[in-house]
Amino acid sequence: MQLLSGNEACAVGAVRAGVRFFAGYPITPSTEIAEYLARELPRIGGTFIQMEDEIASICCMNGATAAGVKAMTATSGPGFSLMQEGLGYSIMSELPCIIVNVMRGGPATGTPTRTSQSDVMQARHGTHGDHPIVALCPWDVRECFDLTVEAVNLSERLRIPVIVLMDEVVGHMREAVELPAELKLWQSAKAKVPREGYYHYDDSNNYDACIASFGEGYRVHLTGLTHRKDGFPTDDPEIIKWNMDRLRKKIDDNQDWLWDLTYEDLGSETVIVCYGSAARSAMDAKRQFEQKTGRRVGILRLRMVWPFPTERMISLMKSARRVIVPEMNQGQLNRTIERSVSRHVPVISVQRYDGEMLTPEEIIEAL
Amino acid sequence: MADEHVGLTESEQVSRFLDYFRVDERFPHILCPGCGIGTAMNTVIRAFIETGVSQDELCVVSGIGCSSRISGYVDCDTFHTLHGRALPAATGVKLARPNLKVVVFGGDGDMLAIGGNHFIHAARRNIDVTVFVLNNFTYAMTGGQYSPTTPTHERAATAPYGNVERDFDICFMARATGAMFVARSTTFHVAHLKKMAKLALSKRGFSVVEIISQCPTFYGRHQGLGDAVKMLEWIRDRSVDASKVTDPWQVQDKFVIGVLHDREEVPPYSKLYEQVRARAQGKA
Repeated sequence: MQLLSGNEACAVGAVRAGVRFFAGYPITPSTEIAEYLARELPRIGGTFIQMEDEIASICCMNGATAAGVKAMTATSGPGFSLMQEGLGYSIMSELPCIIVNVMRGGPATGTPTRTSQSDVMQARHGTHGDHPIVALCPWDVRECFDLTVEAVNLSERLRIPVIVLMDEVVGHMREAVELPAELKLWQSAKAKVPREGYYHYDDSNNYDACIASFGEGYRVHLTGLTHRKDGFPTDDPEIIKWNMDRLRKKIDDNQDWLWDLTYEDLGSETVIVCYGSAARSAMDAKRQFEQKTGRRVGILRLRMVWPFPTERMISLMKSARRVIVPEMNQGQLNRTIERSVSRHVPVISVQRYDGEMLTPEEIIEAL
Repeated sequence: MADEHVGLTESEQVSRFLDYFRVDERFPHILCPGCGIGTAMNTVIRAFIETGVSQDELCVVSGIGCSSRISGYVDCDTFHTLHGRALPAATGVKLARPNLKVVVFGGDGDMLAIGGNHFIHAARRNIDVTVFVLNNFTYAMTGGQYSPTTPTHERAATAPYGNVERDFDICFMARATGAMFVARSTTFHVAHLKKMAKLALSKRGFSVVEIISQCPTFYGRHQGLGDAVKMLEWIRDRSVDASKVTDPWQVQDKFVIGVLHDREEVPPYSKLYEQVRARAQGKA
């Protein structure tokens, strides 16, 4: 057992999963991740660099990733805004890296030392252009570890950037945790074909990929421009569509194993759909409500908020009479949930956006 | 790095040169007739060959813009990044694989406007990369808007009544922010440019070569400087060798070409970070 904060557990998970490069810029409430990695990475032969801003941080991380080193950055709202440009590049050139956003209130400088879940939609749509995104939402310290490891695995397997969306409460909370002695890590295969027959974006290389990095003799070309399977830019409509479909298929073709959610008592009349630290209050609300009334309350907790499991949500909510969505924002994921299930069941948004954590009582009121 | 070029016949030299390009996949290129970027690219590639940089140990990084298209034509690992972000990306590549020779190409807008802050900090950190800044005094890719190097009062697509801003001396800033080596050359002085490029490539640490280049399509036209030949003559007539001036930083309205700054090497970031690792591991 060890006493760790969520931020520390995230950093420990990153190192255990093979992250060996961190580029970042100090920002509350994520800085402990950088501080931990500044200490640990050089001890194990890795690299830590503090860049001039978050734009440089994500681009530096992309550079290390392109050169074949597992890389990560961590930030919070304002920094996450600056990183949207580089995030688009990671998506377009299919660089498998990790972006941690420990959410605080916004817009602008907002509330640096308070908690929030208000970057959920920015994580989904923050960078321009159509694109897939994967974002994981831990709710406790152990999960900060687990989902960072999961983020590394998913990024490698799908060749995408993966976002770990923590919030200030989860990041700064301390808990005694038992970390697993062994981890299941996805091993990406290295390119084996000779250079002449190698295509960086071959259709067989969309997921579970065999890829070459810089410095391996493959003369790889990476660009943020829409590109052909050899990596060179094109404006041929047919290939543009192929490129865009290729990115989307990473998610569409893997729906069976990709989604990550936990639930209990879904047969109940009322179901709470939640994620992150709001799920902690929801759990307590469920317990208190059930004790007081004897009526069961269902809980569905999303460990992965993006991609959103629309079809599964509809089937899981079949017997529910109403859905409660507690969030520390003005109802961001609520709108997505409404869109998928409101034809079958009413959806009630419980919001808090004053920098404080949602209390179980606020959720009980809605039950 | 050994000088591999010595002892090759002329045809071997030509084939070695052509081998450096993605001839089949990427040509013809997208540059306008009369553009100076092709000259700069060819000359720097000759410098690669003559300093013995092999294609498999080279990574060419660029941002966005006409000059940044060079990364698409050179046959090695190439990284066409985001507008202004070539240097942070190059920093990541260099620190992740210190054995790679990392060379950055960018234009005046890419390197000094949107990428200006990154330029300052890459120089300050002494990242071991060579940067070629192709200065054509304009944003050419987007049609000739004024850039940080467009001289005051000159006209541009976004300065129809003349540019109010003061222009920027790339080399002065490179020296001030900590570069190990700074030189300026032009697309007219190709032999000189090759020499400057070789010196920069041989220097360990952050080295910068500013290449004054003609853009007849979007700069020359706005200034009434004429076609490519006239612009090259204009570059020739405005250039003065650094050895012929008392203080290269005080010369007005001329391109002072040559080595402008060549300081005693200090270990680059990647070397110093090895010491950090040693301390962290209790070995130092």
